[in-house]
Amino acid sequence: MNRRPFLKLVSALTIASALAANAANADTIRIGAVAPKTGPLAGGATVTQWPSIYLWVEQVNAAGGLTVDGEKMLIELIEYDDQTNPGETIKAVQRLATQDDAHFIIAPYGTGLNLAAAPLFDRYGYPQIAVSAITDQQPELAAQFPNMFFTLGTTTALAADVVAVLSDMRDAGQMGDKVAMVNVADAFGIELATAARPLFEAAGFEIVYETSYPLGTQDLSPVIKGAAAAAPDAFVAWSYPPDTFGLTEQAMIENLDVKAFYTAVATPFPSYGARFGAAAEGVLGAGGVNPDSPAFMEYAAAHEAVTGAKPDYWASATTYASLEILAQSIEAVGLDRAAVTAHLKQSSFDTILGPISFDENNSNADFWTVGQWQGGVFKGVASRGRDGTSPVILKDGWE
Amino acid sequence: MSLTGTDTRNVLLATLGFGVCALLPFADTGYWLGLGVTIAMFTALATSWALFSGPTHYISLATAAFFGVGTYVTGLGIETLPFWALVGLAGLIGAGLAALVGLATLRLSGVYFVIFTLGLAELVRQVITWVQNNTGQKGLYVLTDLDEAGIYWWLLGLCAAVFLTGWLIGRSRLGFALRIIGDDEIVAAHSGINTARAKILLFMVPGAVAAMTGAILAPRYVYIEPSLAFAPILSFQVVIMALLGGASRLWGPVVGVIPFTFLLETVSSNFPNQTTLVIGVAFLVIVYLLPNGFVGLLDKVLHRTKANEVT
Repeated sequence: MNRRPFLKLVSALTIASALAANAANADTIRIGAVAPKTGPLAGGATVTQWPSIYLWVEQVNAAGGLTVDGEKMLIELIEYDDQTNPGETIKAVQRLATQDDAHFIIAPYGTGLNLAAAPLFDRYGYPQIAVSAITDQQPELAAQFPNMFFTLGTTTALAADVVAVLSDMRDAGQMGDKVAMVNVADAFGIELATAARPLFEAAGFEIVYETSYPLGTQDLSPVIKGAAAAAPDAFVAWSYPPDTFGLTEQAMIENLDVKAFYTAVATPFPSYGARFGAAAEGVLGAGGVNPDSPAFMEYAAAHEAVTGAKPDYWASATTYASLEILAQSIEAVGLDRAAVTAHLKQSSFDTILGPISFDENNSNADFWTVGQWQGGVFKGVASRGRDGTSPVILKDGWE
Repeated sequence: MSLTGTDTRNVLLATLGFGVCALLPFADTGYWLGLGVTIAMFTALATSWALFSGPTHYISLATAAFFGVGTYVTGLGIETLPFWALVGLAGLIGAGLAALVGLATLRLSGVYFVIFTLGLAELVRQVITWVQNNTGQKGLYVLTDLDEAGIYWWLLGLCAAVFLTGWLIGRSRLGFALRIIGDDEIVAAHSGINTARAKILLFMVPGAVAAMTGAILAPRYVYIEPSLAFAPILSFQVVIMALLGGASRLWGPVVGVIPFTFLLETVSSNFPNQTTLVIGVAFLVIVYLLPNGFVGLLDKVLHRTKANEVT
């Protein structure tokens, strides 16, 4: 039997790991990053998380690094793929903390993976500025993990502001009070639908059609046909990336006649606007930014120049802002992680989204909740405490 | 039950081994303990998997299903029941589910069983999602004081129970019956062995162990959602680790789990952009170069040495 290829592989791996170990340099700030490059969440992470990290490292190093105790220090990025597997996230964070001796670790991607990593960030004293971890449990989690910070908002706020936007349209006489509400039968979709149902009823809406579909459903035409048969004024889908696209496509085919059309996750992705073009005009979605602010425009231009892709109109900018917050804290108090965490709790930070500070639950109270495609750009139309909200327009057909 | 000298020696050695392993959290509470948890988890899963699949040659891909059920037992019950009760309950539910699956499929020949077990994780996941969707349940958070060392000791205890069970089964009439079934099921049936009953009984072992492993690990994941709890990759990892070691001996899978964990670790730390690709290549290399695992390799070497002695 020929065992040489296997031996070769093993020795190659050994040499590679030895080289990697020697590469660690004492004069750099070692920043760890772990997020999906493969697996179910890779599609989102490669649009929202990784490019902003690369951009930030590139920009900081191009400017000579971060100033720590009067000296400029370059950033060395150590990155791992967790394969959308919480076990791998845990291993990678442990490796970063104990083997790579990372000074700081960028929060992972997604609610589940962030929470799997939270006990380790807590144990090793790393501040965890979570972005794509939207939950209503922020007070409980901040009590359990005092180093964990939340930037992108809560489930209930996301649902409540959709109800508020639709209420305003109805009260302005732009549409009636019939709503069709559907959701993807998976964690976040269920949570949003559960939060929204009583809010719609309290606001005096009539839910004329309600259904759910399993994650990964290919044929969504029954969902749209069922909704159309109920003749709603507004269509709201608490959806995930594949079905956000699928529902929009079916709505175009069926020419779904509604005054407001909302799909949740991935609606702010540039690929959504690129795929549906003029038909996307007036589509509402989760998130948003102020795309006309000079800070965002500068960020978007740099994002495209460095990574070759456009940022999304929601969490990309927040991811970048979380890194700005980290950088400002390091420059203010140095590489002492406990001091950085204390600084995060006390200070206000100037970011591309505007000022960000954390309340007693480590939560950022100012975030975008609803956006809308208008003229090829996804503009924030509802927010908690953010400037630059655009007025909502009516959905006018699918041409 | 009488023990021979070899038996006594093996039991003593195994006890000593577990004793040494139990000291790991005192040596390191960081990286190595983290790897220890991974190794203990896969040892429990792969060894119990091989208890059934080794003698019967039925390839079960249901590990993820039982594991996911276990994590949900802890996720749903952590606020009302003590942790040890949840682990026990998970074991019972896992065994019950395995018995149901066994009743439905083990009377059929091999390939139907493989396909059904592969689909089982997805089936259970969809059922749980359906219930959550209809009750409007929010995400499950498992917030406990159990730390990495505690989880490690729980897993180590489970491993010890698996080895003890395997050893006892190997000495029992059931174990003998299963070896006959594995060699030729028709012969077994004609010798008066109730093949279906024997297979179902033994299939309950990996079902219970995988569910208990999931229940023990739930506090480590903190947040439980279907896509993470029922990840199908787990089933395949368990199979490949057990095969790398060799499923024909009780100690075979652990010989595969340890090098494979280190291999995965080396790959994912050195090839962050090609992890999945390199792991795929490693799978191929293992299947191609070590078809019978390390156990087979060892047997071959021993056989050769003996042959040389004779000539």
